[in-house]
Amino acid sequence: MGGIDTGDTAYVLGCAALVMLMTPGLAFFYGGMVRARSVLNMMMMSLVSLGVIGLIWVLFGFSLVFGDSHAGLIGGFEFAGLRQVDVVVGGVPLQAFAMFQLMFAVITGALLSGAIADRARFWPWTLFVAAWTVVVYLPLAHWIFSIDGAVSEHGGWLANTLGALDFAGGTAVEINSGASALALALVLGKRPGWPHEPMRPHNLPAVLMGAGLLWFGWFGFNAGSALTAGAVASNAFVTTMTASAAAVLSWLVLEHRLDGRPTSLGGASAAVAGLVGITPACGYVDTFGALLIGLVAGLVCQLAIRLKYRLGYDDSLDVVAIHGVGGVTGLALLGLVSTHAVNPAGRDGLFYGGGFGLLGVQAVAIGVAAAWAFGLSALLAWIIRRTIGFRVPEHVEAGGIDESEHAESAYEYSPLHTTGRGSGLLSRHTEPAEEHR
Amino acid sequence: MMLVTAIVKPFALDEVRAGLDRLDVSGLTVSEVNGFGRQRGHTEVYRGADYQVDFIPKVRLEVVVEEPVVEKVIEAVVAASRTGKIGDGKVWVTPVETVVRVRTGERGADAL
Repeated sequence: MGGIDTGDTAYVLGCAALVMLMTPGLAFFYGGMVRARSVLNMMMMSLVSLGVIGLIWVLFGFSLVFGDSHAGLIGGFEFAGLRQVDVVVGGVPLQAFAMFQLMFAVITGALLSGAIADRARFWPWTLFVAAWTVVVYLPLAHWIFSIDGAVSEHGGWLANTLGALDFAGGTAVEINSGASALALALVLGKRPGWPHEPMRPHNLPAVLMGAGLLWFGWFGFNAGSALTAGAVASNAFVTTMTASAAAVLSWLVLEHRLDGRPTSLGGASAAVAGLVGITPACGYVDTFGALLIGLVAGLVCQLAIRLKYRLGYDDSLDVVAIHGVGGVTGLALLGLVSTHAVNPAGRDGLFYGGGFGLLGVQAVAIGVAAAWAFGLSALLAWIIRRTIGFRVPEHVEAGGIDESEHAESAYEYSPLHTTGRGSGLLSRHTEPAEEHR
Repeated sequence: MMLVTAIVKPFALDEVRAGLDRLDVSGLTVSEVNGFGRQRGHTEVYRGADYQVDFIPKVRLEVVVEEPVVEKVIEAVVAASRTGKIGDGKVWVTPVETVVRVRTGERGADAL
């Protein structure tokens, strides 16, 4: 292993922290979109993902993804515990790279929670997301993120044997979360009253703040995936901005045509859709490729949201439409607009004289990721549903999941809400003794 | 004594209050209410799903006054809250049998 490049190390550590911020950002993005009585539960699902996936990753998750591959399917246990302070990969300490990748695992797990707003019990969710990380995420991430010779000699089969291109996680993060979310929504079932009763977002400024934090962190996610502060990273930064900007405009224009107004929720969703679309492509396309991907993502993801009403699955916050469909859009279009000119490690797509080869490879990667994620997530969710139960009872859902699962409420609606004396520890300890009254 | 109740648009509240200040009105109760009249509700669209909002926020003012002032109070409220558009609100008057000031036990007009 070579020496440490301090510039690249600083870059990767900074990007890791940027990506970390995406999960709290997602909590606001999702939290604002649910009703006021379930916002805390929504945000807690993201928070506990940081806890449980963070630990799994440090203990053995990183190792199973980036350890030396067994037949391209799963890594080994050689990096378990992440105590390798002197291992350097590509000029960056292994530990820095591992923390960057940890944040990817966390946000992907947290993303799924949007499909089951208002109705999942907290501990079954925690158990699910832990099992899902091990069974679904780690293998898929190994297949696509572990490049031969990067960390270990042998990497995963999607990236190396098949040769699929996925710069920052269109498969392992986006399609994975979209397909897993669909499985969760189907296994848990819809909320009572959906889709006839209004389930309006209770705090759109929170949604916009969350979208802003996601957008900000996404530069770490995408440009950081270059793992070195250079031309490829800069190009990925440009394409990330280009695609998200294009998606905002195309979404709002289409929304105005379809619904009569450009909305703030639409704009926030559009930015995320564009970012999702460009994620697999950001290091392999130029500005014009990014423009195309962003424009298309803004249109296709918006139309895909309408699918849930047609097909009747309660993907509450549209994880399928934005992450699943957006990921497919980005990976597929990459087969058209990928260009070798911006990245020597890339390939030319159909529009750049590369023929249909890459498009076919991308289609296989899409199919594999979606089938793997959907099938295993459905199985895991079904097992939890049948054993310990996954959902809160209907009357709890109607009364508000925050109160039943967390014994908290997000907002004080009226002074009457907090009248009455506490009977807990605090009041017992601060009660003055009888003779001093 | 009469109880004048008015349902008006929230933004009209300050002007109504200023109008009542000029009369012999010694107190006012205000509450936030929701409802619909001829204005009905409106439609909001979230990610393509549209919701009919049936109840529109309004402000309810209640003021108890002596009979001679009632007409002036009604005029003041109407003048301050009329925009000429649908949804400006309503004012109605009901008789009040008695009023008690809690602090002193005074009754009737003395308690106003």
